[in-house]
Amino acid sequence: MIDLIRRTSCDLPQDVRNALLSARSCESNDSLAASVFETIHRNVDLAWSKTRPICQDTGSILFYITAPASFDRAAFKRLAGKCVTAATAKGWLRPNSVDPITGRNDGTNVGPGTPTFYFEDGSEPVVTIKLVLKGGGCENVSAQYSLPDARLGADRNLDGCRKAVLDAVFQAQGKGCSPGVIGICIGGDRATGYEHSKTQFLRRLDDTNPDPTLRAFEEDILRSANELGIGPMGFGGKTTLLAAKACALNRLPASYFVTVSYMCWAFRRQGIVLDQTGHIAHWLY
Amino acid sequence: MNNPKPLQTPLNEERVRELHVGDRVVITGVIFTARDAVHKHLAAGGYLPPEADLRDGVIYHCGPVAVRGDDGRWQIVAAGPTTSCREEPYQAEIIRRFGVRAVIGKGGMGHKTLEALRQHGCVYLHAVGGAAQVLAECVTAVEDVWFLDEFGAPEAMWKLAVADFPAVVTMDANGNSFHEMIRIGSRTAIARVLHASE
Repeated sequence: MIDLIRRTSCDLPQDVRNALLSARSCESNDSLAASVFETIHRNVDLAWSKTRPICQDTGSILFYITAPASFDRAAFKRLAGKCVTAATAKGWLRPNSVDPITGRNDGTNVGPGTPTFYFEDGSEPVVTIKLVLKGGGCENVSAQYSLPDARLGADRNLDGCRKAVLDAVFQAQGKGCSPGVIGICIGGDRATGYEHSKTQFLRRLDDTNPDPTLRAFEEDILRSANELGIGPMGFGGKTTLLAAKACALNRLPASYFVTVSYMCWAFRRQGIVLDQTGHIAHWLY
Repeated sequence: MNNPKPLQTPLNEERVRELHVGDRVVITGVIFTARDAVHKHLAAGGYLPPEADLRDGVIYHCGPVAVRGDDGRWQIVAAGPTTSCREEPYQAEIIRRFGVRAVIGKGGMGHKTLEALRQHGCVYLHAVGGAAQVLAECVTAVEDVWFLDEFGAPEAMWKLAVADFPAVVTMDANGNSFHEMIRIGSRTAIARVLHASE
């Protein structure tokens, strides 16, 4: 488990590396955008060779677990908490868990709400653990819209969703550490909207959405966002987003939410599959 | 692209006013980290130890990952910038009161800070967000730390010796903001993109 945390914090999954490499080739040589990519690539290599965090903001610690119904969830949470504290002492995680009332940061990274666990019952006898580290800078530029939105002229349809999502990208400018990836949830309620917009980050960047309407929506958002000229770090350029991933949940007649979660270029995601003896059978990304 | 301009701390007003939006710089000398808790504390008139001398100095919006070795010495193992706009309510006052000459961060800041840069001769430097290792490599020593117990390690004020720390001028002392230019350009672009689909 501690290996999962170390690798998630200090390495980028191959699909993200590939997306960053192909984005670099879109920017003209000698531009500020190109120099940002050079720094990014040097940083990724340095982090992995030194086993140190890619970004000092090791973010929210989000565990996604799929396991048989017999799996002991409470024991898992205790174990994960211990590993998180140990990884923090090693400098693979920053002590990021702060009491909002007293301002106290006890340095353990464990407290009410941190780390965060999402469990799902699986039909297979194996246990799958995915980990996402999501920095605060990109979390702060995530946004939720309630349609219709008069300011945006956004109605309750896909075109309205498009206006809302592009507005979120515009408002974020470079502040979410572009080029980013956005996870979009159309529908749901305020809580499930954010939850499912974030589960889009478990998808590989090079996958294709099985729903043709959502696939076309994702492609359109990516293409349109990259016409805004915001670019890496907001320095201008052709790559504002690396990918857009969308899902849809049923909504109430009264509500029509569009939720956009922003993930920075330092997209830290890893996963492991455990065999029946509890050892790592293979890595997922 | 031109070679980056070297900046040695302490800075002075003349040197800072020569810098323009788009200039790449490398900083050598001493910088002080300060983020949300320190900004709020100082803007409210809070105490700053005299050894933390910000005059003609550099503030870095950064919450590093710091580990303490067995010998008791601190080591900075990751140190990229944090988003600066959260300090917008406080930054102008801190620039004025302490005579700060440069603020390093990411994402840019607002009109109030831009006006303070112009008025007091200070500059905003943008480091690459997420580049925690490239930037930690530039930290040659941890010289001191304050507010560690009160605010915790990420929010503490770290005095760091740095060599060739790279950044780009995105808000200068002459009233120019690169962020404002990009924002205006992207506003026009979004109108075009939305119009084209109707």
